[in-house]
Amino acid sequence: MSAHASTTPAIFAPRAGILARSVDWVIRHPRMFVFLMVLPITLWLGIVYIGALIALLIQSFFSIDEFTGLVVREFTLKTYAELLRPVNLDIIVRTATMAAVVTVAAAIVAFPIAYYAARYAKGRWKALFYIGVMLPLWSSYLVKVYAWKLVLAKEGILTWVFAKLHLGWLLDAALALPVVGGNSLSVSYIGTFLVFLYVWLPFMVIPVQASLERVPGELLEAASDLGATPRQSFWLVLLPLAMPGVVAGSIFTFSLTLGDYIIPQIIGSSRLFIGQAVYAHQGTAGNIPLAAAFTVVPIVIMGVYLWAARKMGAFDAL
Amino acid sequence: MRSETRAPMALKLAAVGGLLFLLLPIALIFLYAFTTEEKSYQFPPPGFTTKWLGVTLGRADVWQAMGLSIKVAAISTALALVMGTLTAAAVARSRFFGREAISLLVILPIALPGIITGISLRSAFSLLDIPFSTWTIVLGHATFCIVIVYNNAVARFRRTSGALIDAAMDLGADGVQTFRLVILPNIATALLAGGMLAFALSFDEVIVTTFTAGQQTTLPIWMLEELVRPRQRPVTNVVAMAVVLVTVLPILAAYYLTRDGEHIAGQDK
Repeated sequence: MSAHASTTPAIFAPRAGILARSVDWVIRHPRMFVFLMVLPITLWLGIVYIGALIALLIQSFFSIDEFTGLVVREFTLKTYAELLRPVNLDIIVRTATMAAVVTVAAAIVAFPIAYYAARYAKGRWKALFYIGVMLPLWSSYLVKVYAWKLVLAKEGILTWVFAKLHLGWLLDAALALPVVGGNSLSVSYIGTFLVFLYVWLPFMVIPVQASLERVPGELLEAASDLGATPRQSFWLVLLPLAMPGVVAGSIFTFSLTLGDYIIPQIIGSSRLFIGQAVYAHQGTAGNIPLAAAFTVVPIVIMGVYLWAARKMGAFDAL
Repeated sequence: MRSETRAPMALKLAAVGGLLFLLLPIALIFLYAFTTEEKSYQFPPPGFTTKWLGVTLGRADVWQAMGLSIKVAAISTALALVMGTLTAAAVARSRFFGREAISLLVILPIALPGIITGISLRSAFSLLDIPFSTWTIVLGHATFCIVIVYNNAVARFRRTSGALIDAAMDLGADGVQTFRLVILPNIATALLAGGMLAFALSFDEVIVTTFTAGQQTTLPIWMLEELVRPRQRPVTNVVAMAVVLVTVLPILAAYYLTRDGEHIAGQDK
């Protein structure tokens, strides 16, 4: 055992310098090390973000004095009762319906893109699909909305294409529909829907593709060997396996549509969505309690949604 | 998933159609930047000109907004890089009390709609009487930039073997040396990719910013004003094209940096 005497000792002498010593000390105390590593994020998100969320929640229990227009800092449920007025309830139902329709449409449009990219695309095509999804995802949100303003304008490309195909009557018929129609696409619910679908579509494609990449091709071959029609293998094999991805994607499309206030403001009818109501109440109206109560609605809806999604195992597909 | 069957025609059409739906509107931005039409969004454009490029370059308000956007994005990205990487290291490499809570906390700012982040910050500022400044914008941006860096870094940490770090220490490297010579080179490209995506996200952010900016104008806010009340369509067309270029280049770069095996973990912004 004495043969090791000439080698460096197992325990080093403390090094010189405050920095070196503190670094060494931290490394020898792994728990402290971890604590220090998560301290900044805990402080930042815990205080800045969670703190602000709680401040908001508290304000939703305040109310506004109808005569002075000032916020009364006393606990009351009056502001929440106001949410149940028909005009506000309308806004909530309208937004939730739009979010649901956009989510379903995004799943339908995204599935073939994701499936083709996961199963058939190779080499150059795979890269093209990847870029094709990433580019719109990371392009400026406002530029995308702007692009659709160009597309949907009365004198824009969509009207031109329909006219060239001699299908102008079809567009007019769609715009003549009650509720969803309007003077032109850019002031109708159809327009709002198209822009929402476009802007959130990549958020659906990516998780669906991720879940489809994990489905072995042999599974589908086995299904058809065992006599399943393509339709059956889709409904009984492919879709159930892709479901966690679809649910993961729907979290994004649903949540993002619920909270957005810019798209319906720029493209759509003048009827309000939750986000616009929040913005209007906190801004010119100065009714922060009602704005706060309005934001609690998407939080509650998303809370229920996330809880249900977790049950379905959607978080593994993120 | 590997099988040599060919895709059914309908699937192919639907997939390519979807891809065109995703890409054509962006292509349209480039077309309109050169149109001679000033008053409407007429298609096809009556003529083409490069006049508006020059006009836009000479606009002080555009440059000012751009400057503020770059400043905010740079500071937010720097903050996010530090906090995101530290958190990723802790979550990926150790088990500790509150680990689940922290990984949930990090994704919360993007799981909840941006308007909630925006209005809660706004109401917190007004409760505490904090005046609007560049820093109030940064406060909001860093909050959601962290998750982008975190996602990229955590994926890389999981793939990097802890044995490397132990080996470096065994061979006599101290903590700083291990970080500089072993850890950093391993995570550098992931950080660069995460940083670029965080920068692009902050540069482009508008929803949270409208609540935290007060009277200041970032480039997205400038564009938003133009979208709500179009006054100078040709200049907006050119700015839109410039913004596409500024955000697209980091995406392509991030793709090349992370394509070896993992996908860009900023995917779920």
